[in-house]
Amino acid sequence: MVLTIDQATYDAIVAHAKRDHPDEACGIVAGPQGSDRAERLVEMVNAAGSPTFYEFDSMDLLQLYKQMDANDEEPVVIYHSHTATGAYPSRTDIGLAQEPQAHYVLVSTREHGNNDGPVEFRSYRIVDGEVTEEEVAVVAQLSSN
Amino acid sequence: MAIEVRIPTILRTYTGGEKAVSGDGASLSALIDDLETNHPGLKERLLDNGDLRRFVNVYVNDEDVRFIGGLDAELSDGDEVVVLPAVAGG
Repeated sequence: MVLTIDQATYDAIVAHAKRDHPDEACGIVAGPQGSDRAERLVEMVNAAGSPTFYEFDSMDLLQLYKQMDANDEEPVVIYHSHTATGAYPSRTDIGLAQEPQAHYVLVSTREHGNNDGPVEFRSYRIVDGEVTEEEVAVVAQLSSN
Repeated sequence: MAIEVRIPTILRTYTGGEKAVSGDGASLSALIDDLETNHPGLKERLLDNGDLRRFVNVYVNDEDVRFIGGLDAELSDGDEVVVLPAVAGG
């Protein structure tokens, strides 16, 4: 298993995580259903506004899913940041993961916070409480299909 | 009376893969009981100790039911109910 993501989307997720540090940042990358193509980044507001928790606002969530439904899309990537710990799913992340087909991306900003510098960027599948890390392949652009 | 209920991917194992099912009931609570008769197991995924699960969102005509009475939210013919798992974590 591998998450293939284009450089611009990767950079935008990292920038979002750095911007929102020390709170957790969150969002998704939508793509056509069944395509596994992470095409459309949607930054979400962390309604919890917390350094240790994230939650999409319930009305934003409804609008997001309606829009994806209308576009025949699904969440290909669900990302959030950890601001004081590593880029590994927490117990809470595992317990609340409810999109078995999604790549769960974790970005850790603990090293450099809001500043320039490398981050940990890792991807996982979380299915029925089972976490499987996968390779992240950053490409210049997604191949055309 | 018929109310359309949109089912999220993770709960479609209870609806034979259907994205939407129909049910009836004058309140959300009654609707969930009605759904349970045709889709056993669904209720358990929506409720915990008789209340809506914290990380399951239910909407009636685009309103979050937590703000319109929760399980007591009134329903009528033609209403649209959407169930979405919260996207949340730590």
